[in-house]
Amino acid sequence: MHLILFLVFAGFCLGGAINLLIQSHPINSALSLIVVMVSLAVLYLLLGAEFLAAAQVIVYAGAIMVLFTFVVMLLNAGREARTLGSRAARVVGFPAVVTILAVIATVILHAQGLGVARLSDGLTNVPGQTNIELLSTVLFTKLLLPFEVTSVLILIAILGAVALARHDDTDPQGSAERTGK
Amino acid sequence: MSSLFAQEVPLSWYLLLSAALFSLGVVGFLIKRNLITVFMSIELMLNGVNLSFVTFAQQWHAVKGQIFVFFVMMVAAAEAAVGLAIIIAVFRARATLAVDRIDLMKL
Repeated sequence: MHLILFLVFAGFCLGGAINLLIQSHPINSALSLIVVMVSLAVLYLLLGAEFLAAAQVIVYAGAIMVLFTFVVMLLNAGREARTLGSRAARVVGFPAVVTILAVIATVILHAQGLGVARLSDGLTNVPGQTNIELLSTVLFTKLLLPFEVTSVLILIAILGAVALARHDDTDPQGSAERTGK
Repeated sequence: MSSLFAQEVPLSWYLLLSAALFSLGVVGFLIKRNLITVFMSIELMLNGVNLSFVTFAQQWHAVKGQIFVFFVMMVAAAEAAVGLAIIIAVFRARATLAVDRIDLMKL
């Protein structure tokens, strides 16, 4: 069962990622990226990361992708023109991708001691303790400061996004438009 | 046929999937010609790396890997908000999303 689930959702993952590259309309790319993220959430479940699976669906497939589709529709992004791209990408980029993938695949396939993923395998040895319990205990005791610092990061990101995306108030035409004069 | 219903999957398969996702993200970054889809390719790369973090957390039975993915997700959310705001600002200034025509900083 685990193997079937892995094969199905790994297939969805790769299919969605390839579809993202093939589609020329940004909204289709965004939808295939949602497919990739939801399949990844299922794979996280198979790997015993229940909290991350939920966070993946809520944060990535929910919040971030809604933001993407919102921007695609706001800017009315149309079909993209296919061009050859830069020479550096063709000469250095693609050979580098192939090389990196080949090296990583070789290392992984020759690695000794890589285990197997089982649904019954938890992260803890304590009987009765779930993965989420362990994760929250570590996150809110040992790693409380980094956790709080990230909330400041999110706040700064909100301020930065608002400052970047809003209209310039010194522009007389824009302010007149807004006040209705 | 009975092996198809196996209860376990080698972790190396998950790692290979994560490497494939990362490489597809890099290829998308290179071939896509729309600013928004280039940004989506970056998200794809982040997701590929997250999968290998979770896989190694399972391999070493260490919860730190999963916590790292949690922080990566939060930073990715902040990054998406700021990045899309920059895309909106660029669109307002240049009236285009084609990366070939946003070349002010090109040599």
